[in-house]
Amino acid sequence: MHLCVNGKKKEFPQPLNVEQLLKHLELKPKRVVVELNRDILTADKHADIQLQDGDILELIQFVGGG
Amino acid sequence: MDKLIIAGRSFYSRLLVGTGKFASNQAMVAAMEHSGSEIVTVALRRVDIDNPADSLLSHIDRKRYLLLPNTSGARDAEEAVRLARLARAAGCEPWIKLEVTPDPYYLLPDPIETLKAAKILVKEGFTVLPYMPADPVLAKHLEEVGVATLMPLGAPIGSNRGVRMRDLIAIIIEQATLPVVVDAGLGAPSHAAEAMEMGADAVLVNTALADTPDPAGMASAFRKGVEAGRQAYLAGLGPQRQKAEASSPLTGFLRNN
Repeated sequence: MHLCVNGKKKEFPQPLNVEQLLKHLELKPKRVVVELNRDILTADKHADIQLQDGDILELIQFVGGG
Repeated sequence: MDKLIIAGRSFYSRLLVGTGKFASNQAMVAAMEHSGSEIVTVALRRVDIDNPADSLLSHIDRKRYLLLPNTSGARDAEEAVRLARLARAAGCEPWIKLEVTPDPYYLLPDPIETLKAAKILVKEGFTVLPYMPADPVLAKHLEEVGVATLMPLGAPIGSNRGVRMRDLIAIIIEQATLPVVVDAGLGAPSHAAEAMEMGADAVLVNTALADTPDPAGMASAFRKGVEAGRQAYLAGLGPQRQKAEASSPLTGFLRNN
């Protein structure tokens, strides 16, 4: 399965849901906001949403800023 | 000190600080503590998925500081609205520092896109604090759409040049029915004091604290500058004159003519 994550093409051997993707990338769900094909996902939906080939994801976090 | 009230919420500190560009998280936390600030700004960016960094939020005590996410990086209203929604989804209170800066050289705020985004975000229930050109007419338009503060720039972001927009900011302060926060370009405690003496309700600084060898020391100095300026404003500055006016009596000189 191919996904586009933060502008980078990534290949995954098995199907994944959002929760599994974050785990795979070693990201804490509480620290990251997920946007899937331009829709924002709340953390409680991560386990319910199965990712599809070609999905575009943005994983966003807070950084220092003025 | 008298309280700063933004959108019905009161704050003792009139100094807002940014969290960008510090050499370390330790330096950032020390600066936040010494500033006395209760509102700190943060930005939203993509996670580097190949090299995830330590989370900024693990260093910020959310009970002590109100997190104010900004929409920095947005080049138009649509991008700003998208960032604001992401910030809210991240579990922040719906407060947003609206920044729309299409020009990469001076990072000046786009008045038209800022107003457009403010309108949408207010409708969606955000408390909107817009970074804006020092334009009194735009200030009126922003007030009409229901923003929570007016945040005119003192000088371009990160320039440390002080209250260069002084005369226009004075008009904004004179006409405002909302708190005026002078944001961007303040480089020295004297600049912060100047803005506060003019009657600004608060100031926001980041680079001035982050880009110095001693951020905690500078934060403490800014805190004093803001407090001094506010106190002077409340006390009322004396009138300016073209000519001298003697402070000592003009009688009883030790001479006869």
